[in-house]
Amino acid sequence: MKGTVVSEVLTKYDNSKDRLVQILLDLQEESGQNYIPREWLEEVSQKLDTPLTKVYDVATFYAMYNLDPKGRYVIEVCKSAPCRSRKAETLAQSLEKLLSIKMGETTADGLFTLQHTSCFGACDISPAIKIGEKVYGNLNEDKLAEIIRAYREGQK
Amino acid sequence: MAKMVRLISKYCGNVRPDSVEDYVKAGGYAALKKAMGMGPLDIIEEVKKSKLMGRGGAAYPTGIKWEQAYSITKNPKYIVCNGDEGEPGTYKDRLMLGQNPLQLIEGMTIAARVLDAREGYIYIRGEYKAIQETVKKAIENAVKAGYLGDNILGTQFSFHLEVVSGAGAYVCGENTALVESIEGKAGRPRIKPPFIKNAGLYLKPTLLNNVETFSCIPYIIDNGGDNFASYGNEHSGGTKLVSLSGNVENRDVYEVPFGITLRELVYEIGGGIPEGRTLKMVQLGGSSGACFPEAVLDTQLCYKDLKSKGISLGSGAVLVLDDSNCIVDFVKCIMEFFVHESCGKCTPCREGNRHILMLVEKFADGTATKADFEKMKRICDTMKYGAFCGLGQTATTALITCLKYFKEEFEEHIEGKCRAGVCSLNGKEAK
Amino acid sequence: MKTVNILIDHINVNVPEGTTILEAAKKVGVSIPTLCYHPDQKVKANCRICLVEVKGSKGLNTACSTTVWDGMEILTNSKMARDARKTVLELILANHPQDCLSCIRNGSCELQKLTNEFGLNKISFDNVVERKAKDNTNPSIVRDSSKCIKCNRCVEACNEVQTVGAIYNSHRSYEYNITTAFDMPLEESTCIYCGQCSLVCPVGAIYEKSDIDKVWAALDNPDMHVVVQTAPAVRVSLGEEFGDGRGGIVTGKMVAALSRLGFNKVFDTDFTADLTILEEGTEFIGRVQNGGTLPMITSCSPGWINFIEKFYPECLPHLSSCKSPQQMFGALAKTYYAEKAGISPDKIFVVSIMPCTAKKYECTREEMRSSGYQDVDVVLTTRELARMIKQAGISFDSLEEEEYDDPFGITTGAGAIFGATGGVMEAALRTVYEVLTKETLQNIDFVAVRGLTGIKEATVNINGMDVKVAVANGIKNARLVLEKIKSGECDYKFIEVMCCPGGCIGGGGQPVGTTNKDRECRICSTYEVDKSMPLRKSHESPAVKAIYEEYLEKPNSHKSHHLLHTHYVDRKNK
Ligand SMILES: Cc1cc2nc3c(=O)[nH]c(=O)nc-3n(C[C@H](O)[C@H](O)[C@H](O)COP(=O)(O)O)c2cc1C
Ligand code: SF4
Ligand code: SF4
Ligand code: SF4
Ligand code: SF4
Ligand code: FES
Ligand code: FES
Repeated sequence: MKGTVVSEVLTKYDNSKDRLVQILLDLQEESGQNYIPREWLEEVSQKLDTPLTKVYDVATFYAMYNLDPKGRYVIEVCKSAPCRSRKAETLAQSLEKLLSIKMGETTADGLFTLQHTSCFGACDISPAIKIGEKVYGNLNEDKLAEIIRAYREGQK
Repeated sequence: MAKMVRLISKYCGNVRPDSVEDYVKAGGYAALKKAMGMGPLDIIEEVKKSKLMGRGGAAYPTGIKWEQAYSITKNPKYIVCNGDEGEPGTYKDRLMLGQNPLQLIEGMTIAARVLDAREGYIYIRGEYKAIQETVKKAIENAVKAGYLGDNILGTQFSFHLEVVSGAGAYVCGENTALVESIEGKAGRPRIKPPFIKNAGLYLKPTLLNNVETFSCIPYIIDNGGDNFASYGNEHSGGTKLVSLSGNVENRDVYEVPFGITLRELVYEIGGGIPEGRTLKMVQLGGSSGACFPEAVLDTQLCYKDLKSKGISLGSGAVLVLDDSNCIVDFVKCIMEFFVHESCGKCTPCREGNRHILMLVEKFADGTATKADFEKMKRICDTMKYGAFCGLGQTATTALITCLKYFKEEFEEHIEGKCRAGVCSLNGKEAK
Repeated sequence: MKTVNILIDHINVNVPEGTTILEAAKKVGVSIPTLCYHPDQKVKANCRICLVEVKGSKGLNTACSTTVWDGMEILTNSKMARDARKTVLELILANHPQDCLSCIRNGSCELQKLTNEFGLNKISFDNVVERKAKDNTNPSIVRDSSKCIKCNRCVEACNEVQTVGAIYNSHRSYEYNITTAFDMPLEESTCIYCGQCSLVCPVGAIYEKSDIDKVWAALDNPDMHVVVQTAPAVRVSLGEEFGDGRGGIVTGKMVAALSRLGFNKVFDTDFTADLTILEEGTEFIGRVQNGGTLPMITSCSPGWINFIEKFYPECLPHLSSCKSPQQMFGALAKTYYAEKAGISPDKIFVVSIMPCTAKKYECTREEMRSSGYQDVDVVLTTRELARMIKQAGISFDSLEEEEYDDPFGITTGAGAIFGATGGVMEAALRTVYEVLTKETLQNIDFVAVRGLTGIKEATVNINGMDVKVAVANGIKNARLVLEKIKSGECDYKFIEVMCCPGGCIGGGGQPVGTTNKDRECRICSTYEVDKSMPLRKSHESPAVKAIYEEYLEKPNSHKSHHLLHTHYVDRKNK
């Protein structure tokens, strides 16, 4: 019998409360929209026999979780000091222009979400962005346009 | 003195990261074999001799930490590696974890041998997902090759390692918060005492060290503590991985012996400032570290010399800013980071960071007044001396040191001038 | 005990090892400000208002969490310490709606008191408070999170004392919050309305829903016959609201105050407590003799009922079907009393004065309309009654004591001890023993079931059979007992559960700031009330005998089932 998405992920971690941080990361990936639906958090709470408040605390504490649907690709622009010293704010502006959305928003086609993030350890190639697991650095407007185009084309 | 050496990074780039075969061929796991024949106290003695200080930021002598852990008689004990690396500008653990995790694993296994621990965890920040996979593979392969898991090297000694992911929280680098996170909770620091050496993970005695710290261990055991120590100066033993970032030509991780000067670091190793610009400021140790001008660059990279200038080495991140940057804008960026990363538990940090950010924004806007210096100072002091954990206590280091060395830039903003032309000073015009 | 010598503000003092700076300072007459500290709870050290200077240590130390060492030199009032504390206070206030004049905690607020002591003349930092809507849609508890100072005292009450977990931490940095999951209203959460959070909150961020205005309206309505009942636990706590010592017995003054407020009749819930013993005792005997579900668990604590319905519905058959005494009273007030007094039940308005916030919810339950009307119209907590008395300008201290009205004024010591943990069990044993054995009980004081211990056990030999009973004090212990029942290792026959630690004397509607010390004093007074009564066994109450003769026929009769018993609902979130 095939279980629910939640029960499958939980089984992977032996239904252990201790693995909640990882469980929620996996669930977010399963969602396809880079977020954890409320019903899933409720299911996790029931199946792990943990108060929903505690699951909610974890889900709202860590920056990598989203509780609302995001685009297929979340573009995270680093805004920490090393990237800023290499003019990261111009990256944010270029991306806003390229995608016609503001930071924090998602494109109408549901493909991209733009958001800020703290340093993710790519300061050797700053200014840097992260799309999912992939990191891109030493960026300028042209390189960004190239990257966005590649993601869009990958879609077709 | 050599400006760069390769003791602990020597295999990086020369071995496949998850290949036990490569690692052993290059000389890896000799230390563990040697350690198996040594008594726990002998191992601790070598670590003490090495003068190794924790490389995670707090610079606690590793030998003493191990000795204390050893003297605690409660069981089981856990070995935990701090690979949260959240300090902006720091990416040296990324190098060790991604290019030669087996060295770290070997170091942790030796620690486990000393404490007779059976289980360990490597906590790696969630943003390093790909690296987590590499480390997991390395663990698997080490188990297969008999260097980890049950009956290590055919002995009765067993030690199991697991990779645990963070999910985006700088504060989880603080050791009690990290332990909470491994337990599946939000990473808010715990009250101390109890310290984690007595009651850490699952309230059991826990030895926690940074990735780099553990990665130094195989070299120390292999070559002797004195040998390692001899690379540094009399106060600080061995070598340090530094991460160069910002407006400097060669941005990379370098292994340097203690005792070289910051000037050598920035100009010789780092290749100086690009585009013919001039250096304005260096921040050492990440966003929680001190900022200082060119004049301080002749300080040695050495715990003691730095301390005499009121600076701590922290994670060994070196951020260089050229004169295109504005100090006020920079501090604003730092405070945004801490406003984002505070766990919220204690009043000074939860409330203080945002008020400081608001005040710094007033400077950036051109709407600040002289009275705002006093307000900032009051909050800075309260956070530094009164916050619950290291995050709040060091969140204002950048501001405090910038006010010490670059106060006139703040004052210029009151007058409506940003010498770097970065701040909009919109508020001033609106007034 | 090992002691250490320390110097506080240059005064030498010798204290036991392990003493905190806070405690040690009290010894030299210095009271260091606190907010997150609570004497019955774990040290949290998150508010940082208690910072003091310790010579030789870097930074400042929190007095609540730092234990002293030999030779420690402490400065509680150095400039550094004072400046830091003042800044902490200003940071709190800069994120606080300074609503004192219209705040429920005006006069009993720890933050307000501190601010007064600090003598602040201005708050240097911009106000950043975010006004959030209050959560006031349930009958019992109001949450006003804009006022929350994040001390986490309620979190410990809800998660560790009660193991409910309806509220907890969420988010981080300035968004850090103490709230329900998804900020849902409490009634959608697992909250059992016990109000323990409201007892420990230092400010006006969690409090009882006030129903005072409804009561004033009824009292002002000349067509209404307004009767009031007072729970056993109120008489030993109400005095504290008027500066009386801990646990003073103020029964007579309370009755006088209620008549002054204009209630037409002042009755005693102790009467229906006695009645509960007859009903519940008979039910228990029936279960023992007819092989019913055992252990049987008491059902007079509505927070407990909420808990078992929400968390352990599979255990519901163990619950006695008896209503709580206050609901029995309500049902009888609008039937038996209505007939007797010749007043139409729709003209009777029943008010309960309770130590409890859960009873506010209980009286609104659909099952609680046996009279054809809502049996109890309004429940007021001890705190609200005190407020009404103050509003009316009644000088409580100088009141002449008065007696309860008939017919619900004649009671026994057994009814009185319902207010303390173990009291219901003790009262039941006094009756069950005598009914079953037809002998007089020699020693009626069951000391083993009294006091603040978590789970108390006793074994009583009745007709040659050993009956093992247990008392669970507070929900955490109730959970342990239920787990035992579920795992089949439970050999108890009869279990008392009280939702609140200490029983109703420690209820969520009692004076704010109630500590375990207060609970102990109130328990003491409760047994004093018991001792002072001429009758101490429920089945000997003439009023109880009369109501069975005149109206209910006998315990567990058809009529009593209709009026005095109820049923429960599985409310577990699935
Ligand atoms: C807010 C905060 C963040 C920290 N982040 C890290 C980190 O990312 N990595 C790390 O190794 N240590 C970090 N530390 C220091 C650790 O708490 C701890 O001292 C260290 O990991 C101990 O290992 P070591 O003795 O080998 O340095 C941080 C401390 C604080 C207060
Ligand atoms: S200083 Fe306080 S609020 Fe800041 S991270 Fe530490 S515990 Fe949390
Ligand atoms: S909670 Fe206290 S300080 Fe705040 S408004 Fe109410 S009485 Fe005043
Ligand atoms: S009333 Fe009781 S259950 Fe509800 S939030 Fe307060 S402590 Fe928790
Ligand atoms: S609601 Fe009250 S008790 Fe709970 S954290 Fe806020 S201020 Fe403290
Ligand atoms: S500062 Fe941007 S990745 Fe480190
Ligand atoms: S009372 Fe000491 S930190 Fe709150």
